[in-house]
Amino acid sequence: MSSDHDHHDGDDDHELRVSKIRDGTVIDHVRGGQALNVLAILGIDGTDGEEVSVGMNVPSNRFARKDIVKVEGRELSQDEVDVLSLIAPDATINIVRDYDVVEKHRVERPDVVEGVLSCPNAGCITTGDEPVTSRFTVLEDGVRCSYCERIVREEIASLIDT
Amino acid sequence: MRHDHLITSKQLSRADIETVLDRAAEIDADPSAVADRHANTLLGLLFFEPSTRTKMSFETAMKRLGGDVVDMGSVESSSVKKGETLADTVRVIEGYTDALVLRHPKQGAATMASEFVDVPLLNAGDGAGHHPTQTMLDLYTIRENAGLDDLTIGIMGDLKYGRTVHSLAHALTNFETQQHFISPESLQLPREVVYDLHQQQGGAGIKEHESLEAVLPSLDVLYVTRIQRERFPDENEYQKVAGEYQIDAETLEAASDDLTVMHPLPRVDEIAPEIDDTDYAAYFEQAHNGVPVRMALLDLLLSDDRGIRGETDE
Ligand SMILES: [Zn+2]
Repeated sequence: MSSDHDHHDGDDDHELRVSKIRDGTVIDHVRGGQALNVLAILGIDGTDGEEVSVGMNVPSNRFARKDIVKVEGRELSQDEVDVLSLIAPDATINIVRDYDVVEKHRVERPDVVEGVLSCPNAGCITTGDEPVTSRFTVLEDGVRCSYCERIVREEIASLIDT
Repeated sequence: MRHDHLITSKQLSRADIETVLDRAAEIDADPSAVADRHANTLLGLLFFEPSTRTKMSFETAMKRLGGDVVDMGSVESSSVKKGETLADTVRVIEGYTDALVLRHPKQGAATMASEFVDVPLLNAGDGAGHHPTQTMLDLYTIRENAGLDDLTIGIMGDLKYGRTVHSLAHALTNFETQQHFISPESLQLPREVVYDLHQQQGGAGIKEHESLEAVLPSLDVLYVTRIQRERFPDENEYQKVAGEYQIDAETLEAASDDLTVMHPLPRVDEIAPEIDDTDYAAYFEQAHNGVPVRMALLDLLLSDDRGIRGETDE
């Protein structure tokens, strides 16, 4: 899936690649390579007709490479922004109305994320058919399943329940 | 009635633990005083994994308090086979009973089940997760034999999969205890458990070792667990480590005369039978302590005026 975007390497006008939006959200300073995970965590897969622009591995002053995601016609809720922090801790969120940035947020790490990640532990009760919503507490350097207590520090994005 | 659950030893403070152990000691000293205390009380036994001893121990405890038990029976003969969820099973059985005991192969099962019921739920083992009633009887036995403060304890064997070890280690962080963990490298404590122990540091020191030799003379208690042959992909690997973690009279020559040797049982060959009749051996006493300790827990959870205060309080 990501290979569609990789062909932009070498394009010199990277600003053009990610067009300005009129109303919606710009998620900037996403760590390079995490843009598709950002979309996954927000449940955006294009089937609802949202207009989405993604820039991957574009040059950045803050990081060597960053990703940027623009979603037309959608303002992120605080819950969604909180969850983003797990995979994009340095992201900035700009809410755009009529081409102007009207709000700027830094992501904040929540204490708990519910129903977003699925537990990687096959022995965990949440991986069966039980009517239970996944719940992870957020640690300084990872997340922890509230049921089986498994700690995940790497590849949190791979736990995103899509 | 108070609606408390006992899910993990982590929910228990030092004061909670002392409340349970003190109550167990009272009951142990005079079991007849509580013989009718919970007449007409029914305990539901939900064992999704076989465990004859733990089940019988709960059954004995409830009956000695004047109550009775109803038993789901084996998983094979129950509606679980038809695909019923645990959440449904506990919601049905709580309607029949005053409290539930759950043993389940999945980690987190007791936590989840407790979210669906209002009667007290006691976790009797959830996969590789927790086994807090075992921990309480272990602590009771340790207190009787060696005290719980200024204690140096060695915990040896399969520390990776041993839920009794994880629960015990965590509970001991409430006391002034030095804990030495002795295991082959491949069976060390899971990083999750080490993380918790460090979070919980309190007065407890934590050290990991591959050999018993260096720490044995300093130990007040040696808690031995079984190294399971089936954990090793390669029989040779098993043979290499197995002998290292067996104790016999010769091993104990280097130990203090006051050493207490414990084991959650069943044992295979970790402790030579020649130790059984020595003053070191506390493992049968430990198993017997399961009854007064579970009586104390049931009494505290089923009584209006008592209860165990913990983070799962409703
Ligand atoms: Zn889990």
